[in-house]
Amino acid sequence: MGEPRFAVGDRVRTSTVDPPHHTRLPRYARGQVGEVVEVQGCWPLADDRARGLSDPRVEPVYTVRFPAEALWGPPGGHWVQVELWESYLEGAT
Amino acid sequence: MSGQHTNSEIAVRVRRLEERLIGAGLTSDDELDAIIGQVTSGSPANGARVVARAWVDPGYRERLLADGNAALAELGFSMSTGPQPQRFTVVENTPTRHNVLVCTLCSCYPIALLGPSPSWYKSEAYRARVVREPRAVLAEFGLELPADTEIVVHDTSAESRHMVLPMRPAGTEGLSEEELARLVTREGLIGTAAV
Repeated sequence: MGEPRFAVGDRVRTSTVDPPHHTRLPRYARGQVGEVVEVQGCWPLADDRARGLSDPRVEPVYTVRFPAEALWGPPGGHWVQVELWESYLEGAT
Repeated sequence: MSGQHTNSEIAVRVRRLEERLIGAGLTSDDELDAIIGQVTSGSPANGARVVARAWVDPGYRERLLADGNAALAELGFSMSTGPQPQRFTVVENTPTRHNVLVCTLCSCYPIALLGPSPSWYKSEAYRARVVREPRAVLAEFGLELPADTEIVVHDTSAESRHMVLPMRPAGTEGLSEEELARLVTREGLIGTAAV
């Protein structure tokens, strides 16, 4: 995996897929739009490592910030930051 | 493994599990010893030292916020003693912003700096509620934040570990670095208390 696909300030949408194996995309953060606040560098994908794959994908990890109201409905009023591998994300507008 | 095993039910189960894992070639005595050593050498006193240094040394504070791993190394701490190195970041509380840590998926925690995590940190109630209603959860810990304080909940879902840099309490201008470190609590480093 080369250059990070997303940059700080980009809006991203998380996957809605519920995989049949370990993943680090928490259920509450699936199908949500958030903002990249930090690019953490590249790390082996936890989903692949947990399955014991000999050659896990190595991907950029992003800190993505979600407004609480989007995740849980009103009243909101706080932010939740989640750390997500690139394959959990697609671009959003 | 230490030679001080008790015969409690859990100790017996752990011992059997160790024997099987070692027998299957999945781990070794040395590897288990290293992990146990890492867990038992961690203590909130380590995190408190880092915080006190940041309070008295603005240059250190800046380096700590910019590159947590490098700043830890200056004080002789490391996040690289586990199975894979971890990225370390420090999030700073300010008069307008409060940070609190959680791992909703399991119990990820900066053991080298804070020691073993408290049982409540691993509880389903804390993990489920603090992302949803942090203000109410913090109030139950005795931390009432002003209504206009921005709250950021950090869900430790990947390979980073975090620590909160609490605000230095008022009236501590005359204290030494060592005295300041003694004011810092584990809960202050997680964000469920002020210092």
